[in-house]
Amino acid sequence: MPDNGASEAQPAPATTNGAAAETRRQRMRMLISALGMLPVLLILCIGFHVLSEGRFFTGQNLGIVLQQAAVNTVLAAGMTFVILTGGIDLSVGSILAASAMAGLTLSKLPELGMLWLPAALLTGLGFGVVNGALIALLRLPPFIVTLGSLTAVRGLARLLGADTTVFNPSIPYAFIGNGSLTLIPGVASIPWLSVIALFVIFVSWLVLRRTVLGVHIYAVGGNESAARLAGIKVWAVLIFVYGVSGLFAGLGGAMQAARLYAANGLQLGQSYELDAITAVILGGTSFVGGIGSIWGTLVGALIIAVLSNGLILIGVSDIWQYVIKGLVIIGAVALDRYRLQGSART
Amino acid sequence: MNDPILEMRGVSKTFFGIRALRAVDLTVYAGEIHALMGENGAGKSTLMKILSGAYRPDPGGEIRIEGHPVRIEGPLGGRAAGISIIYQELSLAPNLSVAENIYLGREMSRAGLLARGAMREGVGPILKRLGADFLPSTLVAHLSMGQRQLVEIARALHARSKILIMDEPTTSLSAAESERLFALVRQLRSEGLAIIYISHRMDEVYALGDRVTVLRDGRLVGSLDKPEIRADTIVRLMVGRDVSSFYKKDHDPEAGRGHPVLSAIDMADGQRVKGCSLTVHAGEVVGLAGLIGAGRTELAHLIIGAASKTSGRLELEGRPVEIRTPGEALEAGIAYLTEDRKALGLFLDMSCLDNINLAVLGRDAKLGWVLDRDKARERADRAFVGLSIRAANVGVPAGGLSGGNQQKVLLSRLLAIAPKVLILDEPTRGVDVGAKSEIYSIIDNLAKAGTAILVISSDLPEIIGICDRVVVMRSGHIAGEVTRGPNSPLTQEDIMALATGMEHIDA
Repeated sequence: MPDNGASEAQPAPATTNGAAAETRRQRMRMLISALGMLPVLLILCIGFHVLSEGRFFTGQNLGIVLQQAAVNTVLAAGMTFVILTGGIDLSVGSILAASAMAGLTLSKLPELGMLWLPAALLTGLGFGVVNGALIALLRLPPFIVTLGSLTAVRGLARLLGADTTVFNPSIPYAFIGNGSLTLIPGVASIPWLSVIALFVIFVSWLVLRRTVLGVHIYAVGGNESAARLAGIKVWAVLIFVYGVSGLFAGLGGAMQAARLYAANGLQLGQSYELDAITAVILGGTSFVGGIGSIWGTLVGALIIAVLSNGLILIGVSDIWQYVIKGLVIIGAVALDRYRLQGSART
Repeated sequence: MNDPILEMRGVSKTFFGIRALRAVDLTVYAGEIHALMGENGAGKSTLMKILSGAYRPDPGGEIRIEGHPVRIEGPLGGRAAGISIIYQELSLAPNLSVAENIYLGREMSRAGLLARGAMREGVGPILKRLGADFLPSTLVAHLSMGQRQLVEIARALHARSKILIMDEPTTSLSAAESERLFALVRQLRSEGLAIIYISHRMDEVYALGDRVTVLRDGRLVGSLDKPEIRADTIVRLMVGRDVSSFYKKDHDPEAGRGHPVLSAIDMADGQRVKGCSLTVHAGEVVGLAGLIGAGRTELAHLIIGAASKTSGRLELEGRPVEIRTPGEALEAGIAYLTEDRKALGLFLDMSCLDNINLAVLGRDAKLGWVLDRDKARERADRAFVGLSIRAANVGVPAGGLSGGNQQKVLLSRLLAIAPKVLILDEPTRGVDVGAKSEIYSIIDNLAKAGTAILVISSDLPEIIGICDRVVVMRSGHIAGEVTRGPNSPLTQEDIMALATGMEHIDA
């Protein structure tokens, strides 16, 4: 870092006791906003560990949590890109189903079977780019466009398997759905699904924080008119984020297909978009765009997985799980409001 | 004089460990217009927000209204204490009618139903008293800026406020609208209201102020009574030093005028711009003057491709160029500073660093896409030093800076591309005296270095002070040009005559 001191040694006039206290409060606030929901995640984990009499923090259970969080983490990563531009993608669950169906169908062809994975990814990317093109070029509202594709792509997913469940017990690359990567032989391993999810988060972080495109995404979400005047190709940014969301939904579809050796166009991925949106908002990304981070999304996705797993561990009924998760969503949006008050918008 | 209506004693406010206000004592009487001046960041808006209840002052100070100590808390606290504020950005709901806006939050109802009729009747007398030329049922969206301000004032009167704070009320008004506003402010004074009038414009303070209080760096540095109100005294109080040459123009237009850099020929958009041609030469500062609504900003938007043109073409350094988007304009070397930096310029949640580097991220990037963070940091540090931007560090969000510093951040973004042509739209709007003179000297230095500069401004002394010649627009046409001769300086009268279409006017 060149010349750090010069700019940070700017006027900090003599502080009295009151000023020092105010500084401490501000630091505290910044820390809270940086940590986001991480403390909530830790408290949930410890709470469930105690309530379940020590069954939460076991190697086996943590593996299950990570595996359960994986697909939603990938979808939520794509959703983060979209929500950072101030948009929304309601179609990821349907795109996931269509991609899984396309992949499985192709995997049954003997000579092309190995191509099922790229086919699933391309299917997702294709639907995402169509969403993005409608939003960016025709200037239609994202909510309406993706609400439309939520329904239309679901129909296409059913069409792909002639409205039946497609099985393939010998699908290539099945290890990504059920295998584990051994870290220390016999001691520690991590499911491949989780490895993929973490890799997706890392790549997303690289794009958002270390590339020009990342800054442009934040800029479009922060102030679209100013972005346009600043010479940013807003349409390209929008097509990119919806394309990424579709691509990650396609990846999620591939992960599900490899895990289940099967897919059903009607049932797979139903209401997954809601879990993905919840994870993003829990992670502190603002619905109005321009504010948020991918690490928050990871924490948000883990909170959802821990909540599901923990509630089952302590024997809460399925019905009450719905109620509790719903309240968590509302609580998350309330938090979003509270955080916005502390931001620079005046 | 009678007893003070508002007394502030030892009021302080601290943010981020920085004292925004230090033990300010302010006394305001009923029936006076009290001008409050100070550079941006001097503490004016903090003081105002304390009076409105948006901020809570540090413990220790005291606020008295009509002799009684009060605590102003929450957004409605100010209004409850009899204080109304009219902000620079008006706070009206454009989709509602005048009457609904005035009654906003205190709607009248009859048997649980909204009493629209009664509300309309209720605001009638106030609108009449203010001389409004619109109906209570008119939608605010259909009103001009001046009329909207009237609605804000009506709202304050309707709430029976005794203290009216106006924050740079003439910023978006035309000259005629401003005159009407002044008359109204005087009328309100004679009706016994106390008016705290915040402004950067010296002529307004002369015309209106009974007393002037000046803030600097959060301190109250002086209060002047009517006879003592003089420009040099005020400026010295505001900046803490003498400002000898306010408008800086060292570049020599005769020797410096180079080849034509930008020529716009017969530009039109079919609505507000009706066939305009102008040329800017290297090393020349050209003013683009005209009344509000004459089409100056629209012409600038056509040149940079932010709006689509129905006819016209551009030549850059003698060669025809086709510019369809602001991005293409930047690539060609034409930079545009917007008049509305918050809505169209800055990214308020993003750091100053990102705001400054935004236009050159691609050019600086490694491997085509990877951010070069060292280069970005260096560029931002250089801009902070070069343009003396005052903020804690380059990482703070741009939204937290004062107006002048925000403007300098935005200007740094444009300068980063080393533009051939710089179009500045109201470059010193909402900017304090100190930053103004800094911006003038930046413009002067750029002209010396050979940049072709077009300045759109409604501030005539500014245009005359910094420009070599002035092109005047009137209702979408170029009405004419005023040039500086060896013995004939630019005059406000010549410009206004062209702008209004009258031979001579008394301004």
